[in-house]
Amino acid sequence: MTRLLEVQGLKAWYGSTEVLHGIDLNVEEGQVTALLGANGAGKTTTLRSICKHLVRIGGSVTFRGERIDNYSTEQIAMAGVGHVPDGRGTFLGLSAEENLRLGAHARRDRSAVLEDLERMYSYFPRLKERRAQQAGTLSGGEQQMLAIARALMGRPSLLLLDEPSFGLAPLVVRDIFDIMRRVRSEERVSILIVEQNARAALELADTAYLLETGRIVKHGTSADMRNDDAVRRAYLGE
Amino acid sequence: MMMETFVQQLMAGLSTGGIYACLALALVMIYQATHHVNFAQGEMAMFSTFIAWALIQAGLPYWVAFGATVVISFGMGAVLEFAVIRPLHKAPELSVVVVFIGLLMVFHSLAGWIFGTQIKEFPSPFPKDAWFGGSMMSPHQVGTIFVAMCIVALLFTFFRFTTLGLTMRAAAQNPGSSRLLGIRVGRMLMLGWGLAGAIGAVAGMMVAPVVFLDPGMMTGVLIYAFAGALIGGIDNPVGAILGGFLVGVLENLIGTYIVGTELKLSVALVLIIVVLVVRPAGLLGRHIVQRV
Repeated sequence: MTRLLEVQGLKAWYGSTEVLHGIDLNVEEGQVTALLGANGAGKTTTLRSICKHLVRIGGSVTFRGERIDNYSTEQIAMAGVGHVPDGRGTFLGLSAEENLRLGAHARRDRSAVLEDLERMYSYFPRLKERRAQQAGTLSGGEQQMLAIARALMGRPSLLLLDEPSFGLAPLVVRDIFDIMRRVRSEERVSILIVEQNARAALELADTAYLLETGRIVKHGTSADMRNDDAVRRAYLGE
Repeated sequence: MMMETFVQQLMAGLSTGGIYACLALALVMIYQATHHVNFAQGEMAMFSTFIAWALIQAGLPYWVAFGATVVISFGMGAVLEFAVIRPLHKAPELSVVVVFIGLLMVFHSLAGWIFGTQIKEFPSPFPKDAWFGGSMMSPHQVGTIFVAMCIVALLFTFFRFTTLGLTMRAAAQNPGSSRLLGIRVGRMLMLGWGLAGAIGAVAGMMVAPVVFLDPGMMTGVLIYAFAGALIGGIDNPVGAILGGFLVGVLENLIGTYIVGTELKLSVALVLIIVVLVVRPAGLLGRHIVQRV
């Protein structure tokens, strides 16, 4: 198994407040890795730190064997990290299709981009129905789908998925996770997913890390985590 | 006779309206990207026109000087963004406003210092006896409208149908999300300022044959353009164009029939106040719908 992303001793600050206190975390190629934890544990910040988005970082981040912690956010994205951000990052005033085309803005292979667009519409038929609609008028679930599809349009090798279930009805969450299972088997993309909904995330993921107040306190395969008593009590509600 | 005056004034209004529309468009472009109104836009355009004048004096044919001026003005706008505006991106609103006013004075004084404050004649590229002139409109008026339409069409095509145009709109709307997609937001802003500078230069070169060239020539024009942008909605390019034309026509008709030429400029000021009081978002100001 090749290591796609290796994070070592990652610290992060908002202003002068340290919120991550040295995190070690790996994503293996072709795998789905989940980052679990309660509200405020630092899950979103971890994803932001990898992209140097809105946060100051220390420590090392290695992506495909290359240090990216001194790259700019734009360069990290161009290197192949797709980020589905917290809040979905929708371009509200643009149409749904323009949002998707933005994901592929740097690609020159026009016909492949069109194929990808059609493939995204096959994953998310709702987006096809709403392709010409102003993205701000889409529902929360549709905007989440739009954010995922937009990131995939850039053909990233790593997809950072920030809490796709946030604020959505259970049925919609199930839809999105079903689609993510399809995406993982059909796209050549590894995924690092952050979720409060531990059950759904563990069903999708191969391995998982548990984050508490800015530190990794546990990690292992999804099966191990599911069987761990502490995880079951605190995060699976059993 | 009455009718003829009316039509003439209407056409003249459309012609100056085209100039206001262009400058309003430049204002809107920068406003959309940065949420600041560039008060120096008019003086930048005036300075560009002086550059064109100097190039023509140096013996270049009109259209060569025109093209060179557009390119130089594009560079000027881009450099300004990079060197002056970008370092201010965390500064409070008021500091930016003060810098814009400072730029206005710098360009104004610089033009006077380099080119002199004497009023100069600036040539029109559309000869007086051109076939497209008529009893209702002079060739320059027809040409001005045509040039304004060309700019609008070019910009529309660029923003609507090219990937670069799309990424520029994205960077203006949501810089954070744009960066995550690998869009170089800083470069897009530079490009936006460059385009605004280039459009302003064209507006300046079109208005100069009418008002004559001197460092103060754009002061009034900027106020009209600002009124146009506000009427249409300061964040709406289509609105800015319509607003610009509307202000041009209103200025002429009200000037002719109601207040006289002396008070023309106050028409623009009154329009600005009325819009701000009655409908601050402008006639076409768009509300971006957000569902949560």
